[in-house]
Amino acid sequence: MEKETIKSIVESHEGSKGGLISILEDIQKKYGYLSENSLRTVSKETGSSLVDIYGIATFYGSFSLKPRGKHLVSACLGTACHVRGGPRIAAEFESALGVCAGETTEDKEFTLETVNCLGACALGPIIVVDGHYFSKVKISDVKRIIKKTKTGLDKVSGDKDDNVVPLEVSCSHCNHSFMDHQCHIDGHPSIRVTVSFGQKHGWLRLSSLYGSFAVESEYEIPMDMEINFFCPHCHSELNSPSPCVLCGASMVPMIVRSGGMVQICSRRGCKGHMLDLDGVNF
Amino acid sequence: MITLTINGLDVSVEKGTTLLEAAQFLGFPIPTLCHMEGLSPYGACRLCVVEIGEEPRSKLVSSCTYLAEEGLKVRTASERVVKARKMIIELLLATAPQSKTIQDLASKFDVRQQRFKQEYEDCILCGRCVRMCEEQMMAKAIGFRGRGENRSIGTPFDIPADVCRLCGGCMYVCPVCELRCTYNEPEKAICGGCANLSPPCLEKEGFDDMMCYMDPCVACEIINDKERSLKP
Repeated sequence: MEKETIKSIVESHEGSKGGLISILEDIQKKYGYLSENSLRTVSKETGSSLVDIYGIATFYGSFSLKPRGKHLVSACLGTACHVRGGPRIAAEFESALGVCAGETTEDKEFTLETVNCLGACALGPIIVVDGHYFSKVKISDVKRIIKKTKTGLDKVSGDKDDNVVPLEVSCSHCNHSFMDHQCHIDGHPSIRVTVSFGQKHGWLRLSSLYGSFAVESEYEIPMDMEINFFCPHCHSELNSPSPCVLCGASMVPMIVRSGGMVQICSRRGCKGHMLDLDGVNF
Repeated sequence: MITLTINGLDVSVEKGTTLLEAAQFLGFPIPTLCHMEGLSPYGACRLCVVEIGEEPRSKLVSSCTYLAEEGLKVRTASERVVKARKMIIELLLATAPQSKTIQDLASKFDVRQQRFKQEYEDCILCGRCVRMCEEQMMAKAIGFRGRGENRSIGTPFDIPADVCRLCGGCMYVCPVCELRCTYNEPEKAICGGCANLSPPCLEKEGFDDMMCYMDPCVACEIINDKERSLKP
């Protein structure tokens, strides 16, 4: 199964010079990490040697060779956070989660990483969990942050309608949340992403209700226009090579907080979307 | 043909010749470490730095990767080059003080001090083995992994590669994984026995570079014997 998928990803990049990074990005987007087998398959399919592929996969920080957890905890160790005790906070997270920085807990819930600056130095020490910033964190806050993450950082009372459910989605690359709590659509926090089409580049807010097609955008998007989606946090392109079953445009996968994936069609006006939730009871 | 000036001498070389080749053609010695005949130039060790251009806008480039340009003025042994080269050797020595090749370079280029913490790394990331494996052995079994301070050389996933034929070419070309000349102070970076003291047996000029190649090292032996006889 995995082999077939990787084969099709490689084929979609056929002929493009230097497509190796794009291939690896697509695999990472699909599986969340690069497994040994997937790298071997890529090597076989592209004809590049495993050494080169492994070299690239280990060189770039955006590639992970280990499965990532559901929640990404970033502890800032930049200069300002460092002098305010960032390393002690990071160490407290390490002991609370039982992992070292860069590792994932055994239950695949948390991945802990250290970063060098998050650009909010005045608020240090900073901890970011799935795109939620916690400022001036004290050692005593660590347990609370973990507990809060487990219960859901942005708890929204779920709609009881079976066809319309609010989703909390995050980037399939960096796992940062797309949820915008400042701006509500359909009475729920909206999903904010960056889009570009033609010469335009701006934000797009989607309704987080699955089944609702309400959108707001910085620029008017013409109907039937195929647009490129980007993560506002890591700026990586979200469009995947898999085509929409309705119109053939590329689909945009996003990670659903409670588990699974949601895919929406990148064409304005197309109602193609797919929801693949695993282990969620409605 | 391209005409350039190396240390004031005009030389004409074919297009595509590196500065290192041109300088060697004229007989100017440039030390190298990651460079190896038969392997593609890599420019990792920076030992072959030369100064190009006119003062004060001259700059240091690695001669093994820099292609000859028309009218280029190259200096292979200017003060700046010698200073940079000594610093590079000192840094290499701190990385892998046990390497005989690097010790010899230190002796040859008059590096007499070691101001950095010694790391005793078994790799200086010169990439000789990687290129040997790829270009001469056609195997591509080992390569660079990671980046920055986590950069290392090895097989993917640290699993023995099925393309490796155990030819040993990588070890053959490695400048670091040899046994070092420890003299009688293992913690000292530069053996010093051969180069830093006046050698008792070879007090002639012209042998300075050769002494460390001697096995066993005569100078060390004598000093060892002397110290042994001093002990009660």
